[in-house]
Amino acid sequence: MARNRSCLYEKYVWEVPVRLTHWVNVTAIIVLSVTGFYIGSPKTLGLVPADFVMGWVRVVHLTAGYAFAVSIASRIWWAFAGNRYAGWREFVPFVYPEGRRDMGRMFLYYLFLSRKVPHPTGHNALAGATYLLVFVLYLVMAGTGFALDAEHAPGGMMRVLLAPLYALFSNQGMRLTHHMGMWLLIAFAIHHIYSAWLMDVKERGGVMSSIFGGYKPVKRGE
Amino acid sequence: MAKNGDEHDEMKQHCFGTPGLWEERGVSRRDFLKFCTAMSAALALPVSLAPRIAEALESDSRPSVIWLEFQSCTGDTEALLRAANPTVGEIVLDVLSVDYAETIMAAAGHQAEEARLKTLKERSGKYIAVVEGAIPMKDNGVYCCVGGRSAVDIAREVCGGAMATITVGTCASYGGIPAASPNPTGAVGVKDAVPGATVINLPGCPVNTDNLVATVVHILTFGKLPATDSKGRPLFAYGKRIHDNCERRPHFDAGQYVEQWGDQAHRAGHCLYKMGCKGPETFHNCPTQRYNEKTNWPVGSGHGCAGCSEPHFWDTMTPFYRRLPNVPGFGVEATADKIGLGVAAATAAAFGIHGVVSALRKGDESDAGKEG
Ligand code: HEM
Ligand code: HEM
Ligand code: SF4
Repeated sequence: MARNRSCLYEKYVWEVPVRLTHWVNVTAIIVLSVTGFYIGSPKTLGLVPADFVMGWVRVVHLTAGYAFAVSIASRIWWAFAGNRYAGWREFVPFVYPEGRRDMGRMFLYYLFLSRKVPHPTGHNALAGATYLLVFVLYLVMAGTGFALDAEHAPGGMMRVLLAPLYALFSNQGMRLTHHMGMWLLIAFAIHHIYSAWLMDVKERGGVMSSIFGGYKPVKRGE
Repeated sequence: MAKNGDEHDEMKQHCFGTPGLWEERGVSRRDFLKFCTAMSAALALPVSLAPRIAEALESDSRPSVIWLEFQSCTGDTEALLRAANPTVGEIVLDVLSVDYAETIMAAAGHQAEEARLKTLKERSGKYIAVVEGAIPMKDNGVYCCVGGRSAVDIAREVCGGAMATITVGTCASYGGIPAASPNPTGAVGVKDAVPGATVINLPGCPVNTDNLVATVVHILTFGKLPATDSKGRPLFAYGKRIHDNCERRPHFDAGQYVEQWGDQAHRAGHCLYKMGCKGPETFHNCPTQRYNEKTNWPVGSGHGCAGCSEPHFWDTMTPFYRRLPNVPGFGVEATADKIGLGVAAATAAAFGIHGVVSALRKGDESDAGKEG
């Protein structure tokens, strides 16, 4: 045991852009969900017509939306510029045999069919594949969000740039998609925080603190 | 000496022009010029163009009009005819030589069809076709026939040879209500039925007569169609979002919403967003131009916008009294939020149970570096 421990070292896994975009996204999603919920089913909070409750809620929603979009774009760039743990390959484990094997192992563990907890240095394969879906959801939210915003100016640049989205969705369908996306993200967050906790306890790999500090304990020679 | 209005107008006539066509029809010179100015405003043109409009309307080149009626409720004809007083707008359409219009023409039967054929032949490429109602395409178009010919057949002939086709109302523009799911007759709008035609869409339920008149005036004045948006609608009438011109908008921004029909907020004129108003996604000049000689419009009278002027009206805009559509595959009572909450709760429950089992389970081994 002592021998094992001496072989551990702290490996720098999550670089600054990964952690920064993670927490910007978390903050933005919380702000966007709270304000989005109000936009979706508002209560009468204005006392006089000169109030600006919905006005401010929309300003905050849009500002957070822009921050979110910049953060998503940065993370996508870092998937090509960052280290291997941040790289795009981490998110498509299903295209190579090793990744498929790791996904299977993780899945069996989740189903209580295996007692072996895989402990990869980067994302576990199943999580990586899930994050791909989450990033797609991010893009859907940002795309439909900007499209909803651009609707008021049919000749505007944003409206023209997002033209394919208007072909893809009906007006109301776009709203519904944007609305349901919020619930899917909330469902993901519940699962995600739980899994982070579970893996922290079971893997004993310090995954929870890694998203704050960036380091994970790793066996030498790995 | 107290002069009454008529005498005053008469004086003006003598000062500003020769009594002509318009005066004969009982429209004073003053009202006529007022109309031309209003038209320049409706068309979003500078007022300095009003004289040009006047000139165009006074020339006696009367373009022929063929008004076709297919799968429709005749609401657009009604809107045009039922104005309380004869309006100048009506007279503009009078100035057009309406050679064929089933609802209003004197001729009937073969005589009427002959009039249509005559116009087609003699004025090919010069007449304006106005279409009201959708065109059924299924089964060779048998679901709407006039004088033994199918609507699509007639439309191909008439719209194909027209200088321009103006579709009045949503059905002629995009299929409208006849095209609502499951669309048993395969109804479509004119542009889909006759792709080669030059079409300008004036959707709405019904069309706003002012916009029809303004479009005709534009064609007469400039000899071409007004600029349109991507849905073929003239920008002067459909270029602005309802939500952005709505008189209830300050209440939207303030956060004051009608929660129930007839509640205090409804009576105070607050925003109808929660009652399913589709104003945030619809484009029409209803809030400014209004209907029935600028009397009112739906939101003004307390009903949310139903989105009648958008393509796929009915299928995508229902339910009218809810903000969001029903989620496909779920019952009508399941709102997006109920389903969303269910998804989140199910996730929480599933992982909650997973967590309890995991916590009780001993002996999992990790290949992690850390040792316990
Ligand atoms: C995770 C990210 C986001 C969440 C959870 C979220 C949530 C929501 C929700 C629930 C609504 C109400 C939808 C409805 O019922 O009609 C909404 C509306 C809206 N969102 Fe977002 N949103 C997000 C991102 C964005 C982004 C990136 C933008 C773009 C700037 C954006 C722009 C808008 C706009 C303009 C509306 C108003 C739509 C309307 O006029 O009906 N959202 N959002
Ligand atoms: C208290 C809240 C949270 C904690 C402690 C947390 C923790 C973590 C940890 C430890 C990782 C990296 C390890 C891995 O699973 O591979 C991670 C990654 C990630 N998390 Fe979270 N998370 C939180 C909230 C959220 C929320 C609310 C979302 C989005 C809805 C989110 C989305 C993501 C995504 C997309 C990644 C992949 C990051 C990347 O590679 O760029 N997280 N999180
Ligand atoms: S009533 Fe409809 S169009 Fe008017 S401000 Fe409210 S949501 Fe917008």
